[in-house]
Amino acid sequence: MKIVKTAFAVAALASALSTAATAADYVVDTKNAHASINFRIKHLGFSWLAGRFDKFTGTFSYDDKNPDASKVKIEIDTASVDTNHAERDKHLRAADLLDTDKFPTATFESTSVKSSGPEKATVSGKLTLHGVTKDIVIETQRVGGGKDPWGGYRDGFTGTTTLKLADFGISRDLGPFSKEVELTLDLEGIKQ
Amino acid sequence: MAAVMYIRDTLQGYGIVSRLFHWIMAIAIFGLFALGVWMVTLDYYSPYYNAAPNFHRSLGILVLIALLVRWLWRAANVRPSSEELSPFERKAAHVTHAGFYVLLLALLISGYLISTPDGQPIDVFGWFEVPSIVQARGLESSAGYVHRIIAYVVMALAVLHTLAALKHHFINRDRILNRMWSGPARPAINPEEESH
Repeated sequence: MKIVKTAFAVAALASALSTAATAADYVVDTKNAHASINFRIKHLGFSWLAGRFDKFTGTFSYDDKNPDASKVKIEIDTASVDTNHAERDKHLRAADLLDTDKFPTATFESTSVKSSGPEKATVSGKLTLHGVTKDIVIETQRVGGGKDPWGGYRDGFTGTTTLKLADFGISRDLGPFSKEVELTLDLEGIKQ
Repeated sequence: MAAVMYIRDTLQGYGIVSRLFHWIMAIAIFGLFALGVWMVTLDYYSPYYNAAPNFHRSLGILVLIALLVRWLWRAANVRPSSEELSPFERKAAHVTHAGFYVLLLALLISGYLISTPDGQPIDVFGWFEVPSIVQARGLESSAGYVHRIIAYVVMALAVLHTLAALKHHFINRDRILNRMWSGPARPAINPEEESH
């Protein structure tokens, strides 16, 4: 009886290990900056103002046989906002915009992934920004993946979403043309 | 009254150069403070949204230059005597005046560091540019905290300084305020010079 139990346990462990092996875990390559989180917002309705978050970390799991089982989690250091203009960056960190002293981290964690075409998926999840958690949808495309020249294995994705600032409690009035911000995430992960 | 215009400071009071430095900088510093407090409340579509900070930055750089020149001028002149002050008052005045130099320098440098860590220069009224010296990510935000706090401390010190000057003028009825307003008293001990 005891032997049977042990055998079951071993089998269960083996199966757990094998599923873990198929849906591989990746760490987003922020260390060597093969990943970026960029945003753009209309300026007066005349042009696009671009910026990015310089510091963030991320992990994802991905299995090309079963992409719908993928998961992704990103943590952004909001104070690392960079629009190539010191005074504007200071203002973006201030209390009437991102309030980065109070809300130093923004996180995104996926809740479901649905394939929407070849190498395409709709990633739903919860974005916490400015202390407000909301469900958002990121339209994602796999850019490519495979062995890298240095003995590792990588997969890369690009995703876009549009956020309404007011949805996240950011009430500063930037004008009628600047109520939404487009977010683009370019993530290359290294298989662990 | 035959006015005797002293350029340099004397034991009896401040010459015209020191007095102009004092009063023009006082007006500029109060103006910068009011402008600073007001301009950060401006709406993005306000016509002053860009003009007010441009003026604030430009005037701030001029005050920084004036502060440095004034410090040199002060070092090159005699200190007017403060014999009518008690030892405590003398000490308090010294700390306040030294405090102004140190705090204003920190205030002006921190202001410069809000605008320049992205590598952009400060354009002073379109006359000349002050280049960026230090580039560091996020420095503008820390400089901003320091700038705001020191600005309030300087204003508190200015109120103290003003109250002390008014107390000397109206309560003690001494020449402390006069020596900065109208300069040294006319020399009474040398009637020949007075008769020019």
